[in-house]
Amino acid sequence: MKKIINEPHAVVDELLEGMLLAHSDFLTGITDTRVVIEKEKRATVGLVSGGGSGHEPAHAGFVGDGMLRAAVLGEMFTSPTPDQIFEAIKASDTGHGVLLIVKNYTGDVMNFDMAKEMAEMEDIAVESVLVDDDIAVEDSTYTAGKRGVAGTVLVHKILGHYAREGKTLTELKELGERLTAHIDTLGVALTGATVPEVGKPGFTLAENEMEYGVGIHGEPGYRRSELKQSRAIANELVTKLMETKTDTKKIGLLVNGLGATPLQELYVFYRDVVHELKNYDVEIVFQKIGDFMTSIDMAGLSLTVIDLDSDTYQAALTSPVDVLNW
Amino acid sequence: MELTHEQAKRWLLNFHQKVTDNKAYLSELDQAIGDGDHGSNMARGTEAVKDKLGSVTEDSLEAVLKQAAMALISKVGGASGPLYGSAFMAMAKTAKETSELSTLIEAGLDGIKHRGKADVGDKTMIDMWQPVTSALHEDDLTEVTIDQALEDVKPLKAKKGRASYVGERSMGALDPGAVSSGYLFTALIEEVLA
Ligand SMILES: Nc1ncnc2c1ncn2[C@@H]1O[C@H](COP(=O)(O)OP(=O)(O)OP(=O)(O)O)[C@@H](O)[C@H]1O
Ligand SMILES: [Mg+2]
Repeated sequence: MKKIINEPHAVVDELLEGMLLAHSDFLTGITDTRVVIEKEKRATVGLVSGGGSGHEPAHAGFVGDGMLRAAVLGEMFTSPTPDQIFEAIKASDTGHGVLLIVKNYTGDVMNFDMAKEMAEMEDIAVESVLVDDDIAVEDSTYTAGKRGVAGTVLVHKILGHYAREGKTLTELKELGERLTAHIDTLGVALTGATVPEVGKPGFTLAENEMEYGVGIHGEPGYRRSELKQSRAIANELVTKLMETKTDTKKIGLLVNGLGATPLQELYVFYRDVVHELKNYDVEIVFQKIGDFMTSIDMAGLSLTVIDLDSDTYQAALTSPVDVLNW
Repeated sequence: MELTHEQAKRWLLNFHQKVTDNKAYLSELDQAIGDGDHGSNMARGTEAVKDKLGSVTEDSLEAVLKQAAMALISKVGGASGPLYGSAFMAMAKTAKETSELSTLIEAGLDGIKHRGKADVGDKTMIDMWQPVTSALHEDDLTEVTIDQALEDVKPLKAKKGRASYVGERSMGALDPGAVSSGYLFTALIEEVLA
């Protein structure tokens, strides 16, 4: 393992400290817990998200005007605990309630649920939206269900926009539930991710191998193959992602780097995606390219397609925000 | 068989020791079918339980179990934090009414099922808690019960939690949560039943 860190167990605390030192103009922490929160108190529903650390800039990089009010940081790749989330909820509530945006993992779901129960005991109105955009996993009774991955950031953006517009907690929850059905993601990995405290990659791929459908914690994908060119990868991901979008006319794209893939490769891939999409009767009306939901130092990327036939989503995606990493 | 607050403390300290000694092994099991953090999650949690127990001054079983629950809920994270936390919280609630051991453990099992929506055969810690609960009802909990449960969990295919993503590949492997729960009940045998 080669990383620019101090003691491996201290990475989460030290990255949080660094972030707050750098951005104290609009972000702050909560004493004794790992939460990043906006300094400004806004008279709207507060959006709170979070999860294991290791996905930077998610989620703290999306805290600010027009997106999240607070982000909760768990241990590396491990869901945060209910009391951390509860602190974030309390600090985010300005009397309009709090909406939790949760990625669909057993650990996250249970910890956020317990925090919600704690908040309800203190009479804070809390609702949650579950994001499960990873179509590599079938949504069946035989697994914990589809996972939440990069598409979550689009949920932050769209719901953040509506929260700022003054939508109520109930309205936001309904919007969120409808919205998540319009977002699909698929990832590919070239290498595994190394959790600092573990010291070696979670899985290994040979020099000439890649894996389709890998999750953001290195969950196994649906197929290993020899390393393909960008064109072939774009073809496979676009084909799979467009399968269920036969009636869609307008789409948005998110090309997300998993941590160790340079921007130049993301652009090469984006080019190939656009080329592939010429085979479909769709217009690309929104796009984002960069690192949004990483997997520490995994090489690879994911492609998210959002159905934008609804103009309101499009407007919500493009409104200006004041956060670090959108 | 009644559980006293002193026994409960010794039980939890013994559990902490076993988890700490086997931290690397638990993570290794989790690396095979999950994400490799079960050992560090549980070590962090049981260390917090140990710290909290030092501050329990009342001679009350409910207080001991409740403090353990709080420590687990606030320090473990992941899937196992809410699950073990809910188990001990349910036991603490039940301890208001009774200190009968089998009733307490059964309440813990129900707490896990309620929180995680899993059942017997899904290859989770429930596949340890269920046979242990049955054995306790028959006054027959021994190491054999635990070893048998571990044997029985191996061939199962994971249907809940992180391990469900590896599907078929989970068959033949031990479930890390069932193994850590096995330590919990070995500690119970050593401190309470022996
Ligand atoms: N729904 C469930 N019901 C009961 N037990 C479960 C459930 N899901 C997972 N488990 C247990 O939890 C254990 C894994 O716990 P662990 O501490 O590794 O959390 P995790 O799943 O890695 O959480 P995270 O995804 O947040 O890292 C499994 O071995 C299994 O016994
Ligand atoms: Mg795990």
